[in-house]
Amino acid sequence: MALFSKKFDIDSNDPMAYGQASSNFKKTLKQLGIPSPIIKRTAIAMYEAEINTIIHGGGGSGSVVIEDDHILIIFEDQGPGIPDIELAMQEGYSTASSEIREMGFGAGLGLPNIKKNSNGLDIESEPGKGTKVTIRIDL
Amino acid sequence: MSNIHSVILDKDKCMGCTNCISHCPTEAIRVRHGKASIIDERCIDCGECIRVCPHHAKRAQSDTLDMLKNFDFTVAVPAPTLYGQFKDHFSIDQILTALKELGFDDVFEAAEAADIVTSELKKKLKNKKEKVPWISSSCPAVVRLIQIRFPALLDQIVRIESPMEIAARIIKNDIYPEKKNIGVFFISPCPAKITAVKKPIGSKASSVDGVIAINEIFLPLHAAAGNLEKVEELGRASYWGVSWARSEGESHSTEWPETVAVDGIENVLKFFEELENGKIKHVDFIEAMACPGGCVGGALTVENPYISKARIIRKAGKLIEEDRGGRLKPDSHAVLGMDTDIQPKQGLKLDVDFKKALEKMAKIEEIANELPGLDCGSCGAPTCRALAEDIVVGTAKKNDCIFVLRDEINHLTENLAELGSWMPPLFSEREEKE
Repeated sequence: MALFSKKFDIDSNDPMAYGQASSNFKKTLKQLGIPSPIIKRTAIAMYEAEINTIIHGGGGSGSVVIEDDHILIIFEDQGPGIPDIELAMQEGYSTASSEIREMGFGAGLGLPNIKKNSNGLDIESEPGKGTKVTIRIDL
Repeated sequence: MSNIHSVILDKDKCMGCTNCISHCPTEAIRVRHGKASIIDERCIDCGECIRVCPHHAKRAQSDTLDMLKNFDFTVAVPAPTLYGQFKDHFSIDQILTALKELGFDDVFEAAEAADIVTSELKKKLKNKKEKVPWISSSCPAVVRLIQIRFPALLDQIVRIESPMEIAARIIKNDIYPEKKNIGVFFISPCPAKITAVKKPIGSKASSVDGVIAINEIFLPLHAAAGNLEKVEELGRASYWGVSWARSEGESHSTEWPETVAVDGIENVLKFFEELENGKIKHVDFIEAMACPGGCVGGALTVENPYISKARIIRKAGKLIEEDRGGRLKPDSHAVLGMDTDIQPKQGLKLDVDFKKALEKMAKIEEIANELPGLDCGSCGAPTCRALAEDIVVGTAKKNDCIFVLRDEINHLTENLAELGSWMPPLFSEREEKE
C-alpha cells in the first residue's frame, strides 16, 4: 500500500492549465521536505510528461505515488500512440505540429529530458490505442 | 519574535477582514480572533499586505531621523526610487543636498553602488561558465521567496551583494575608513530592505546601521529640498544606476542580449514555477522584483508607481549627457560578494519526519476534498487547502469552515426533528415489519 497517492485529469483544452498537475505535485513535495535536487528533477520530468500527454495524447489522466524510497509518476492517454519508441527517444525527433512548436513545445526534447531527470522510464504504447508513461524517481 | 520582520500589524486598526490573507504570496497570514496574524517563518516582508490593507493596519517598522544623534558621523544612502517621488523640477542633486540639510553629513547614492554591481554582472555574464540563468539578488523579498518556495533555485542567485550593502561597505572601508562611530542609513522604498539589514541573507552582518522608509522622511525632505540656499553637486550615479529604481533597469544595464525582467510578486511566482519546470529557456539573467514596476512600486513610497517610473526615466535620461563617474577606488577594499550561503527555509514543511509528513499530506488531501473549495477566507485561512493544512497541523478545526458548520447544524436539526417526532413503541401506530 502506497504511503501517498493522488490521481488527476489532464485536460488538453485549457492552455492556462498546462503544467498544473506538475506544479501542484511540486508543492506537495516541498511540503514533505523532499531535498531540492530531487524536487527539481521530478518537476522537470513530470512537466515534460504532462505536456506530452496534452500535446500528443490529447489529454488523459495521471497519478502520482510516493513510496518509502521512490516516487512513481504515471500518465495515460488514449491518443495516437508511439509507433517507434526508440526513435521517439532520440533528441530532436518530434512529430509535433508547427502550431504546437509555435507555442514553444514539441522541440523533440521531452522524452530524452524525462530520461535524463529520472531513475526509470517505462513507455507502453500501442499505435491507435494510446500511451502509458511511467517515471520512477528514487528518493 | 516581531523583531525579525519589519512588517507589523496595528491591532487597533485591523478589522479582521480577509484582504491581506488572499494576497500573501507565501500564505503567511491568518485571521484569528478577529485580527490578522503573521506566521513568522513564512513572511518574506514583501509588503504586499501593506499595499492591500484598506484600513492601513499593516505598516513597517522604520527607523527615524532621531537615530542620527546616536552617531558622530552619518551618511545617507538613498535608493534611486527616492528621486521618482519628487516632481521633475527637483534635480537629483537637489534631493541629495536636502538629505544633508536634514542632518546627514554625507550622501552616497545606492544608484552609484548599482553601477558597481552592473559592472560585476557584466564581467560574470561575459565569462559565464556556471549554470544560467542567474537570478538577481537585489530584491530581498524575491530572495526570501526563493528560500521558502523555490529552494531548488537558490544556487542560481547571483552571489553579489545588493547596491545598498555595497554602498555601506564602500562608505566604511574606502571613503571614511578613519571615522569612528559612523552611521550609514538606507532610505528605503520597501520593508524587505529593512529586514535585509536586521536579518541579512547572504552576509553575516549588514554594514548598514539604520533604514528609514521613504514615506517616513518624505515630508521634511520635500520641505528642505524646496528651501535650499545652494545645491551641491553630489550625484555620481549613471543613467543605468538610477534606472535600477524601475523594472528593466537592472537587466538592461547589463547590456546583455538574453535577459528578462519580471515585476510584481504574483508574476514572479508564476515565472519561477515555469523556471523550475525547465520551461524557461534562452535566458541568462533574470531580474525579478517583488513590486509592480520595480522598486518604484515599493510599499513604503508615496508617489504612484507609474508616475514615479516615468520620472525616473526622465531624470535618469539627463545623466546620459553629464556622467560624473563613481567613487570606487581601483584599490578598493570593499567586498562585493556575499560571505555566507543562502539557506532554504522550511516554512512550508509539514514535519521533520518524512513518514509523518506523508501521513499529514494524505490527511490534508482527504480534508481538502471535503471542503467546499470556494477559498472564501471566512475561516481565516487564504484557501480551503490552507485550512486543510492548518487542521492537520492542529491550528484550526474543521468547523472553522462556515459551510461545514452549516452542514453540521443541518444534520443536527434534521436529527432533532426526527427525534422530536419519535414515538415510543407503546404509543406509536407503527406496523410491525414482517
